Amino acid sequence: MKQFWFYFKNGIIGENPVLRLMIGLCSVLAVSVKVENCLAMGAAVIFVLTCSSIVISLLRKGIPDQVRIPIFIVVISTFTTIVDLVMKAYLPSLSKAMGVFIPLIVVNCIIMARAEAFASRKPLLPSIADALGMGIGYTLVITAIGVVRELFGYGSILSIPLLPETYQNMMFMILPPGAFLLIGIYIGVLNHVSRRTNK
Amino acid sequence: MSVTFVDLFKIIISAAFIENILLARYIGLCPYIGMSTNISNSLGMGMAVAFVMVLSSIVTWGLWNYIFIPLRLEYLRIMVFILVIAVLVQLVEILLKKNLPNLYRAMGIYLPLITTNCAILAVTFFGIDYNYNLLQVVIYSISVALGFTVATVLLAGIREKLRYAKVPNFYRGYPMAFIVTALLAIAFIGFKGLIK
Repeated sequence: MKQFWFYFKNGIIGENPVLRLMIGLCSVLAVSVKVENCLAMGAAVIFVLTCSSIVISLLRKGIPDQVRIPIFIVVISTFTTIVDLVMKAYLPSLSKAMGVFIPLIVVNCIIMARAEAFASRKPLLPSIADALGMGIGYTLVITAIGVVRELFGYGSILSIPLLPETYQNMMFMILPPGAFLLIGIYIGVLNHVSRRTNK
Repeated sequence: MSVTFVDLFKIIISAAFIENILLARYIGLCPYIGMSTNISNSLGMGMAVAFVMVLSSIVTWGLWNYIFIPLRLEYLRIMVFILVIAVLVQLVEILLKKNLPNLYRAMGIYLPLITTNCAILAVTFFGIDYNYNLLQVVIYSISVALGFTVATVLLAGIREKLRYAKVPNFYRGYPMAFIVTALLAIAFIGFKGLIK
């Protein structure tokens, strides 16, 4: 159980996939215009990551080393297709807002990297812990960016208006430059904090 | 359906600059940030991306229109496309190694990275979603690759100079690369409105 928490926390803090390992950036920047989209994207990534980790971890002894990458791709794309079709059927407006980024979960490096580096080598329970930790770490970062972008870009959070009506929406935050600037600042601040605490 | 020269020109300008795949659509950022440390690397990467992008869009376009639609297999799109790209990259690597060793040396090391480059997969999806014909798909994928290369080379050039700049210690490397990207993205917003 202790080990479970260790792997779980590792994904959220120690090796946060987005801010530390610099992977899975595309969807983080593209979807984070609104908090609603961020949470949906986070849920989709957690689902695909956990399910594919479970399957790959269970199959790890049966997968020949030479063809492991194509097998990972098939497993990951199966779950991505499930998410894509379910969202299209039950949440059509959200699915439209995220557009191509739901199918692109299949090439999200986080999932491939965790399958290759973790799930294909470790037993079931640590793999689940790692997948959940990484998924939640991803969701936290994407939501942290989404909160700032939605607050300044639309004056609201989760579509609930928070700023006074006289507030002029800051277009810069909704457009790509705002996303790039924010993630740059976040990574820099995290570097600074972690260096302070390591000393 | 005939395609005029003006239509093609519009595709080129909008794919390469207005809707730049990196700076306006946030697709393919991992290699963009990872490989843009110097100009020659990013040129090699751009060349490899262009090559694979054109090839995979043609193949997936053919599959989609002559196999998927007649057999009503649209729901298999994600899985089959990513596998086709992975196989194609492997094939290109083997063929280049054997037949064109010079070209292989120039872009060989970038090829394995390309399989998980979301830009390739995204372009094959876009080509189909926009209902392009074969010629348009080819032009479109070439111009997206051009936009990708322009953005990476620009960032690489700036990062080469940044090495001599006084940047706060904890902002060195990736954070600064993102902030520079933000400035580049502002510049690219200037292309908006170029085509009505």
